[in-house]
Amino acid sequence: MNVVVCIKQVPGTTEVEIDPKTNTLIREGVKSILNPFDVYALEEGVRIKEQHGGKVTAISMGPPQAEEALREAIAAGADEAILLSDGAFAGSDTLATSFVLAKACTKIADYDLIICGRQTIDGDTGQVGPELAENLGIPFVAYVSKIEEIKDGRMRVRRMIEEGYEVIEMSLPGVITVVKEINVPRLPSLRGMAKARSAQIPIWTAQGLGVPMEKVGLLGSPTRVIGIFRPQRTRRGELLQGSLEQQVEELVDKLRQAKTV
Amino acid sequence: MAIHIDPDKCNGCGLCIPACPFGLIEVVADKAQVGEGCTLCGAYQEACEYDAIIIEVEEKAAPSDRFRGVWVFAEQRDGQLKSAAYELLAKGRELANTLGTELCAVCFGHDVAGLEELIHYGADKVYLADDPVFADCQEDLYAGRLASLISEHEPEILLAPATSLGRSFIPRVAAILETGLTADCTALEIDEKSRLLLQTRPTFGGNIMATITCQTRRPQMATVRPHVFRKGVPDEKRRGEIIRVDFDREAVTSRTKLLHFVADLSERVKLEDADVIVAGGRGLGEAENFQLLAELADVLGAALASSRPPVDDGWIPYPHQIGQTGKTVCPKLYIACGISGAAQHLAGMQTSDVIVAINEDANAPIFEVATYGIVGDLFQVVPLLTGKLRDARL
Repeated sequence: MNVVVCIKQVPGTTEVEIDPKTNTLIREGVKSILNPFDVYALEEGVRIKEQHGGKVTAISMGPPQAEEALREAIAAGADEAILLSDGAFAGSDTLATSFVLAKACTKIADYDLIICGRQTIDGDTGQVGPELAENLGIPFVAYVSKIEEIKDGRMRVRRMIEEGYEVIEMSLPGVITVVKEINVPRLPSLRGMAKARSAQIPIWTAQGLGVPMEKVGLLGSPTRVIGIFRPQRTRRGELLQGSLEQQVEELVDKLRQAKTV
Repeated sequence: MAIHIDPDKCNGCGLCIPACPFGLIEVVADKAQVGEGCTLCGAYQEACEYDAIIIEVEEKAAPSDRFRGVWVFAEQRDGQLKSAAYELLAKGRELANTLGTELCAVCFGHDVAGLEELIHYGADKVYLADDPVFADCQEDLYAGRLASLISEHEPEILLAPATSLGRSFIPRVAAILETGLTADCTALEIDEKSRLLLQTRPTFGGNIMATITCQTRRPQMATVRPHVFRKGVPDEKRRGEIIRVDFDREAVTSRTKLLHFVADLSERVKLEDADVIVAGGRGLGEAENFQLLAELADVLGAALASSRPPVDDGWIPYPHQIGQTGKTVCPKLYIACGISGAAQHLAGMQTSDVIVAINEDANAPIFEVATYGIVGDLFQVVPLLTGKLRDARL
């Protein structure tokens, strides 16, 4: 079982502020981290390798500094890592990103399973996984909370839905996105960290991947962010006063008047 | 479209670095460089005092006028339409009226009940693919059939629910059609001049809102979480057409197979349908203390919910989680106990009619969205409240 895990480097916090003068995000001093949901994807890849043999390859599309996230992936147990980086990828939305990732998977060629985290903590779309599967023309299952069995080119998984979970069988190769319920990631080992420090991380560019320019970057991205703003919390809340007993009494009165209880 | 930095004009001053909303600019060898992820928003262009940043906008011509109509994907489960379908129809009707075009619902299933209700709630047409294989949600088949229907009828907008099904198969439809998709929209409006759909969504866990457009490709696709929009008032006199569309079983095979479904029975009342919700957060301290909230919920006939930390710590199962990576709810009354109110949590409940917040910390952000707030120890307040409500019932 050769597993490809797609990861992304994201800002270490979602507590970002907008500069009131320029109406842009303030990014100074915000550390980059490996997207937390991708840590579960990596761990699951490593567990599959431990059970079934094969290797785990981490890939990431991003600027040169995304290499740090790939080194973290190696520390977490990935055997190798590839950075997909090119000025031409700048401005890619989920569709263009999934196209580049698909090209990279096609180039890797001998994969049986591709794992992504359920979503990133910056964009929060969760769209790259399913778009990647479609671009590769292979089956897809989202929100996997457990891999029950892998056998004879098929995999049986649990997939979380609103009403509970479904047990789904899929043919391989395929793509899954995983939720954090799937495992408890181990801490990076000393050996893994040493390996991460010395690992060679190749960079695949647009040319190396053979991606046409109109499919990536801004040209390949149908969507544009035309503005950002801070959410308005318009509700004018009322803090109740008096002793706790009085406050509770007043609350019950108000709720009864409003016929909410 | 492209960004250029004129090497003769750029002196590497770095003024543009803080101006980039996405932190993508670096100065390398005294020249600014733009990294990946640039959306051409132009913010840093203005920051440059040397006019060194050039954005070439050569968008392809706007898509042809033949794309008309607003579509809503009406999700069903076990032959019952989900309430999200009606919510999307209410918004879809509004958009279609502004555009002066028709509103169509698309439903895939088998023996789905109440299809004429889609018309009562605003649809002019309902495209129905009825086949026993659609009794279960078959994403491979759904994605292919929806994409081919869209190619045939060419709507300009498609709205779909951001449920586990919608978030899983709608991106595949977008990839097949090579068009744009915006996830989890909380506001949708038409720019009347350009007919563009302005899609606003939370990002960075709800701390920032972004408005997104899809300018040159069609349809413009958006998903919307359940309970973000309200359903309208049905009009039983409304007339419309239910159009059966074929499904060629021979042409497609599903590469995934549903073996069985295991229902989550831990909820006494379904969260999404509950009129009253009692929710607990980190302030509860430990799993056992949910019992306190369960008693309050009992008196109110409420459903029990949670913010993320208690789920992470295993105090309560994931289906109870409200927020960005959990459920979105919009009950008549939401009582938040020991929940500080991170943006991620607020994103899942702030449209509730009445919000009551009980928290020790007067500065907790939950009070910014609360209708009524009690600053105090939940271990004192909740039993008092339960007692008062119980007395009131008698």
